[in-house]
Amino acid sequence: MSAPAVVPLQPEAPAPLAPSYLVDGTSVMSWLNTRDHKRIAIMFLVAVLFFLFLGGMFAMVLRVELLTPGPTIISATAYNRLFTLHGVIMVFLFMIPAIPAVFGNFMLPLMLGARDVAFPRLNLLSFYIYVAGALLAVFGMLHGGADTGWTFYTPYSTTTMTAIVPVLLGVFIVGFSSIVTGLNFIVTTHTMRAKGITWMKLPLFVWGIYGTSVIQVLATPVLGLVLLLVSIENVFGFGLFDPAQGGDPVLFQHLFWFYSHPAVYIMVLPAMAVISEVVAAFSHKNPFGYKAIAFSSLGIAFVGFFTWGHHMFVAGQSTFDAGVFGVLSMLVGVFTAIKVFNWTGTLYKGSIQFATPFAYFCGFLYFIVFGGMTGIAVATVSLDSHWHDTYFVVAHFHFIMVGATLMAFLAALHYWFPKMFGKSYPEGWGLVSATLIILGFNATFIPQFLLGNAGMPRRYYNYPPRFQMLHVASTGGATLLFFGFVIIFIYLVIALRSKSTVLTTSNPWGSKGYEWLTRSPPPTHNFDGPLPDYSEGPHHYGEVPGRKK
Amino acid sequence: MNEYLRRLLFLPERASTMAWPVDRLHYVVIISTFLLSAGVGLTALGLFVRYRRSKGRPPEQVEPPWWFEALIIVAPLSVFLLWFAIGFNDFVRMNTPPKDAMDIYVMAKQWMWKFAYPGGPNAVNVLHVPSGRPVRLLMTSRDVIHSFYVPSFRMKKDVIPGRYTEYWFEATQPGHYQILCAEYCGANHSNMWGEVVAMKPDEFDAWLEREQRGLTAHQDTSHSAGEEPALAGDMVTNGRHLADVHGCLKCHSTDGTPHIGPTWLDLYRRTERLNSGEDVVADEAYLTESMMDPLAKVVAGYAPVMPTFQGKLAGPETAALLEYIKSLRTDRLGHEPAGAATYEQIPHAQQATP
Repeated sequence: MSAPAVVPLQPEAPAPLAPSYLVDGTSVMSWLNTRDHKRIAIMFLVAVLFFLFLGGMFAMVLRVELLTPGPTIISATAYNRLFTLHGVIMVFLFMIPAIPAVFGNFMLPLMLGARDVAFPRLNLLSFYIYVAGALLAVFGMLHGGADTGWTFYTPYSTTTMTAIVPVLLGVFIVGFSSIVTGLNFIVTTHTMRAKGITWMKLPLFVWGIYGTSVIQVLATPVLGLVLLLVSIENVFGFGLFDPAQGGDPVLFQHLFWFYSHPAVYIMVLPAMAVISEVVAAFSHKNPFGYKAIAFSSLGIAFVGFFTWGHHMFVAGQSTFDAGVFGVLSMLVGVFTAIKVFNWTGTLYKGSIQFATPFAYFCGFLYFIVFGGMTGIAVATVSLDSHWHDTYFVVAHFHFIMVGATLMAFLAALHYWFPKMFGKSYPEGWGLVSATLIILGFNATFIPQFLLGNAGMPRRYYNYPPRFQMLHVASTGGATLLFFGFVIIFIYLVIALRSKSTVLTTSNPWGSKGYEWLTRSPPPTHNFDGPLPDYSEGPHHYGEVPGRKK
Repeated sequence: MNEYLRRLLFLPERASTMAWPVDRLHYVVIISTFLLSAGVGLTALGLFVRYRRSKGRPPEQVEPPWWFEALIIVAPLSVFLLWFAIGFNDFVRMNTPPKDAMDIYVMAKQWMWKFAYPGGPNAVNVLHVPSGRPVRLLMTSRDVIHSFYVPSFRMKKDVIPGRYTEYWFEATQPGHYQILCAEYCGANHSNMWGEVVAMKPDEFDAWLEREQRGLTAHQDTSHSAGEEPALAGDMVTNGRHLADVHGCLKCHSTDGTPHIGPTWLDLYRRTERLNSGEDVVADEAYLTESMMDPLAKVVAGYAPVMPTFQGKLAGPETAALLEYIKSLRTDRLGHEPAGAATYEQIPHAQQATP
């Protein structure tokens, strides 16, 4: 690790430092009733890791089941419930809150020079709404066992015998957590910036989280509405999606994807935001094209609202509509391409430190390029006619949504681990598990791309025997992936418990990010004494020759 | 090269006229994806090796010139739009059935495919078609959404309750091609398989004739509880009967004279002016909509008085009515198909896969 950079401003009179947020109150209540954005972030971290574990275990059971055509270890009904469970947990309880609620919560105020978010109580409420919704959804899934897939398509979801209503209401409640957090971040960004932090000096992470928050606030209500409508239809037989009563089952798909396509960007924009920070910090370079990266986040947030129809190319939508949604989907792809080229450009003439977060940056770059390009491929309408609802689509969204988000989540976890806990993790083991995870992810999903080419539909318990070889390969890859996570879990727990990992410096990476201008771990109100000096830009590693100051 | 790529990508055999356009674009897309990714990946790797952190060399700060940003917007966008243009062109072909296509009705239900030929025979899970001739499937579902997918044809289309969707193909050679349901539809979704049997055209004609000569008594009219029996006999005859029973003919004439509603003679594929000023072609979709939601699109000059038949007409009945309307053509007067057809047991019916 590099030499410590010049960090916090010393208080005028040398007084004993206030305790860090981690030890400022050690009772259980001091955590459960905290208003401190950092403690709330840690509580979210524990919760989302729990759901990552749960969703991951379900995925492993699914993969084992698919080792043979026909029954292997569970019944068809159990299989259908498990993939629903896997999808609902991973999408709504892990990926959507993962980066914003954990790292957004922790870093946003630090990056803005604020002592907390704008509404600390709402922030705590958001956590409890999330927990309540998650418990209701998990209860519903274990008790009645929804078997609709995480997409809840009508009229199947309105006629299934399984207890889908608690799951729908659970996800509906979790949505409020998302809205409240998004609102909090928007207000914080507008009103809590320290003196000197202008909009064009916002850290790129803040730009990404800001774009995400806008989507959360605007799109989540539509999801809430449609989930409520399905629940009402289920309980009272309203007939809104029932053709026998004059309803339209495809209307559900429009409403659902109007949220759920932007939701993909709720997952991926924060990932891009993390990566923008990591690439600058580990190459000690000013971001290549700061404005291009910042504004493409807003571009994605905006255009992402107008592409939902590309989930319905073969669902009976008109050919003209398919064309319009196809073109708009290409535009979203371009915003991502802008970012990819600018991140790569940031490496140019840098001073690159190869550490675990950088390894995840490499993995991220790979997944976003392949996942993104396969996304453009499925938006190419005629190809979608073959690939739609096959494993190709499954592999595509696991690459772009899960691959990219997971890479960024792990990059953030390692990059900010010293910031959050004031401790270091074992670099060697970090690289071993990063390698395992990236290889395992490929070994899991490349066979699934090929399965999709071969015509294997998704959500199949039984399958024609010709697909078996690729399924076995995919399960092998998933096992590698699983071990990668086990290693991370073990070494992070050891690092947290050990005393020998305590850092002697507040900024082990020599990062110029604003969040490193205070000590690690930060005190409860983030700064000792007055605020740091924000006259330099957030990723300012040096002057650009020939540029006017 | 072509065959090598097909095997490398695990693509199934190509068995329809649309399969090659899809594969061709697939190759273009996959090759350009690999080239572009290799470009980004190798550049990143090269930069990483060249600019690893070393003591004596501080980073140099650079910012991209404006033309670089313009290039990285214009270049990918052009590639993407090119893909889109080719793909959309093919997609329009996929969704435009030729006028002379042979129609077959498809009714999906949990968890089987039922096929009905306008001339009479119907079948479960096995769809006999002629190769080298366009076939149009008019598909609806009696319960949840399904999706009709034949990997060898590289095409699928959702099958939706309450409306008809179209799927057309032309099998290029005789053979057996698997049908899979691609939209999750419940417990036995993964067993909802069927088979397209493409036959040489003359063999198909002989088969169809043999089927129609079979005994009506042997026709598959089995039905589960709560479901109406499948209709025996040919669809036009049934349609005429249903039109009578449901009182359609009280308002619609079949001889060309306007009555309370527009005449059914030559109605099919006629362009009608609506009272909203728009034009609509009276195809299956419009005719079905007009039975289910009659006031949505009323032909100009007629009062909006037709009641809805939503819930009164089952899927097969709607199909029979459509076939009856389609049969009412000036050029065919006096040549309507003869009455009740006779049937033989359909080979392979009830078997999911061979």
